[in-house]
Amino acid sequence: MIFFWAFVIGGFICVIGQILFDVFKLNPGQTLTILVILGAILDGFGWYEPLIDFAGAGVTVPITSFGNSLVHGAMAEAEKHGLIGVVTGMFEVTSAGISAAIIFGVIGAIIFKPKG
Amino acid sequence: MADKKKKKLTPEAQQYQSYQEKREVKRPIFKNCIKAFFVGGTICLIGQAISTFYIYYFDFTEQTAGNPTVATLIFITMFLTGFGVYDRIGQFAGAGSAVPVTGFGNAVVASAIEHRTEGFVLGVGSNMLKLAGPVIVYGVFSAFVVALIKTILIKWGGL
Repeated sequence: MIFFWAFVIGGFICVIGQILFDVFKLNPGQTLTILVILGAILDGFGWYEPLIDFAGAGVTVPITSFGNSLVHGAMAEAEKHGLIGVVTGMFEVTSAGISAAIIFGVIGAIIFKPKG
Repeated sequence: MADKKKKKLTPEAQQYQSYQEKREVKRPIFKNCIKAFFVGGTICLIGQAISTFYIYYFDFTEQTAGNPTVATLIFITMFLTGFGVYDRIGQFAGAGSAVPVTGFGNAVVASAIEHRTEGFVLGVGSNMLKLAGPVIVYGVFSAFVVALIKTILIKWGGL
């Protein structure tokens, strides 16, 4: 069942992105930024975790999960160290996405030659 | 905002602008949304398959499986971008391929490959995050604000 909801919810988030593209005429950068901020706010209200239980990769794969995990890392550290933890814990959970993007970006640049 | 912009222009330019607005090709919004829905959903479905794999064969839970899944998807994206397949998917799917984390990976890998000719330090190194930068910057900043407000509410607001 979780496969079905992953498909539907994941598709739905992409439709929100497409509406921001087409109806509000935003460029991809602005759209992704809005979605990330949306994810951070959703986690602020504590609504993102139940969504992950419900739809699995449907909400962890779209870029909104990036905002969610940033807030998550910050909050986990904040519980231990107070306000300082908000800054020090920020990347604790998110590191996978950014490190993977940077590592595979460099490897990709080594392997592939630019076209044209 | 559009009206404010118009006031500064000459009458001819205003006329031209309203003419241009009339002639602008209407985007097939509904069709685009359907395409985005199916491609985006499919990417999440693949992600769910990878997540399930990590949950069953490694020590991950539903909550933590997101991280290795994201890394795996970006790894796959590297090849799709390098062989030029992701561009074609993107042309078809619009937001369906941009919104999932694979779109983020594609933006990073594509700019890394593109600027390779300018050298690895000043080319690849400094241009890699050009497209993905705003996402990281505003993601971090908004997460900071949200976490700050929440921490203050918990510590002193008795939430």
